[in-house]
Amino acid sequence: MTPDLDLEGLTLAERILSMRVGRRVQAGELVVAEVDQVMMVDSIAPTVIDLIEEELDAVVRHPEKISIVIDHVSPAANVEVATTQKRIREYARRRNLRVFDVGRGICHQVLIEEGLARPGWLVVGSDSHSTTYGGVAAFGTGMGATDVALAAASGRTWLRVPATIRVLLRGERPAGVSVKDVALEVVGRLTADGATYASIEYHGAEALTLAERLTLANLAVEAGAKVGLVPPSGEVAKRYQAPPWLRIDSEAEYSKTLELNLAELSPRLAVPAAVDNVQPAAAYLGLRVDQVFLGTCTNGRLEDLHVAAAILRGRRIAEGTRMLVIPASSQVLAAAVADGTMSILLEAGVVLGTPGCGPCMGRHMGVLAPGEICVSTSNRNFVGRMGSPEARVFLASPAVAAASALGGVISLPQEPAKGEWPGSDHA
Amino acid sequence: MPEPSRVWRFGDGVNTDDILPGKYAPFMVGEEAFPRYAFAHLRPEFAAAVTPGDILVGGRNWGLGSSREYAPMALKKLGVAAIIAKSFARIHFRNLLNIGLPAFEASDLPDLLHDGDLVRFELDAGRLQRGDQVFQLPTPPDFLAEVLREGSVLRYFKIHGRLPGERE
Repeated sequence: MTPDLDLEGLTLAERILSMRVGRRVQAGELVVAEVDQVMMVDSIAPTVIDLIEEELDAVVRHPEKISIVIDHVSPAANVEVATTQKRIREYARRRNLRVFDVGRGICHQVLIEEGLARPGWLVVGSDSHSTTYGGVAAFGTGMGATDVALAAASGRTWLRVPATIRVLLRGERPAGVSVKDVALEVVGRLTADGATYASIEYHGAEALTLAERLTLANLAVEAGAKVGLVPPSGEVAKRYQAPPWLRIDSEAEYSKTLELNLAELSPRLAVPAAVDNVQPAAAYLGLRVDQVFLGTCTNGRLEDLHVAAAILRGRRIAEGTRMLVIPASSQVLAAAVADGTMSILLEAGVVLGTPGCGPCMGRHMGVLAPGEICVSTSNRNFVGRMGSPEARVFLASPAVAAASALGGVISLPQEPAKGEWPGSDHA
Repeated sequence: MPEPSRVWRFGDGVNTDDILPGKYAPFMVGEEAFPRYAFAHLRPEFAAAVTPGDILVGGRNWGLGSSREYAPMALKKLGVAAIIAKSFARIHFRNLLNIGLPAFEASDLPDLLHDGDLVRFELDAGRLQRGDQVFQLPTPPDFLAEVLREGSVLRYFKIHGRLPGERE
């Protein structure tokens, strides 16, 4: 399907939205576009259902374009949640909607695995990290319950075509530096509202794996972006048969360019309580860690578990520190069991949780007590995010997380922790 | 003249976990209870003290973070009449307009308003008055003004059979 449209000089976001609306559109224009997939999660779906059935007095337009994922509190933590999830299942059965139930995994990972977010698609999700779909160059964007209900009921959504910020990645990452560090650095440099309303287009990402692309796009929203697009290339382009029009255009106009020399990057931390408060992890070495959390839509994939296993192999996590591992999906869990990764992690003393969001938003499965410090591979470190408002969450790569679990203090992956560190009096 | 409203002044970067912590989502604590946890961590006194008609004033990037619509919904249920901030996060701004909670982006105004100020707010006139001082609020773009006039985007869709910005 080669377009008759003139897409010359357009950004990826403009190209995708032009194709969706069937005419050439550019940054600033308001468009109403057909959506290819509407995703809703268990915490939002009940409201969406009420809005569709009661407020709009409608039914979903294209059931095959709807995915409901029970992942945010999964399995249910209390009767309220259990009752809500029961209602979701009953509604889905009645309306013939697809449900990915308890244990299948985190919405974004599941949609990617199921091929329900593909290059060039417009995917609207009831979760802000729907930017993750940009890892396969789908225009994935998060919206609230009302917008999701409207998209489900009408099959369409309205958007302003975003301006685009180009992030230019150059150089080789040093050992121990992961794409999570790159993604955090991008947020730190752009700041939490530096990409508001914008698309982020990542250049120089050709060598990245699918998992790495998803991590990068996942964090785009932490700079305020509407969408974060990684141009399809290599294995990803082949696997998804990315359309040829979905490519970087050297004539495209960018509102801004951020250039990062990866060779100069060291492991990062997003320090409480803002995701754009990005600092070198080296500045926090020795800080006591009560809990390490490896998982989430940012870093709960097989590659992330591999990184942790390589660091933890044949060793035990520190006395007094607990490490939760929550694979992003049932497929990730099955693969980690099959290739021995899970045995290595369990022998090191980790605690395994049901694939899903886990304690990321402080609802269950490992919430924090006052005064506790968590090193988490997730994407938000706001006050009270993972439990007590007096707890502190440091966002890190899987490597820093695993190294910190070994040391019981914040540690760099290359440099196993040394227990007590001078000045580690943060109790 | 409308009744005077209290101004609740907040700083920069108020996020959706501040507005309503995830653990107090309606599906965790029930549809009736969740509004009483608004600002439970940031300003624990807020939910009990806020009065219908009150105005929230924030700094930059109000509402960053989660797409949870129940965060602004909690404020609406508590009777908050409008939110004025230097800037808003994208998803949250849509949510506010979608549920019909007026949001005004004004770069200078927030610094002129103080916590506890008593003001008169007139939505239709887009005006805020404190004593003798009158502040004009920015007018939203036409397509958003249409949505606000109908009360919510869902009502808009029901009445017009199309989305905002969609051609008739």
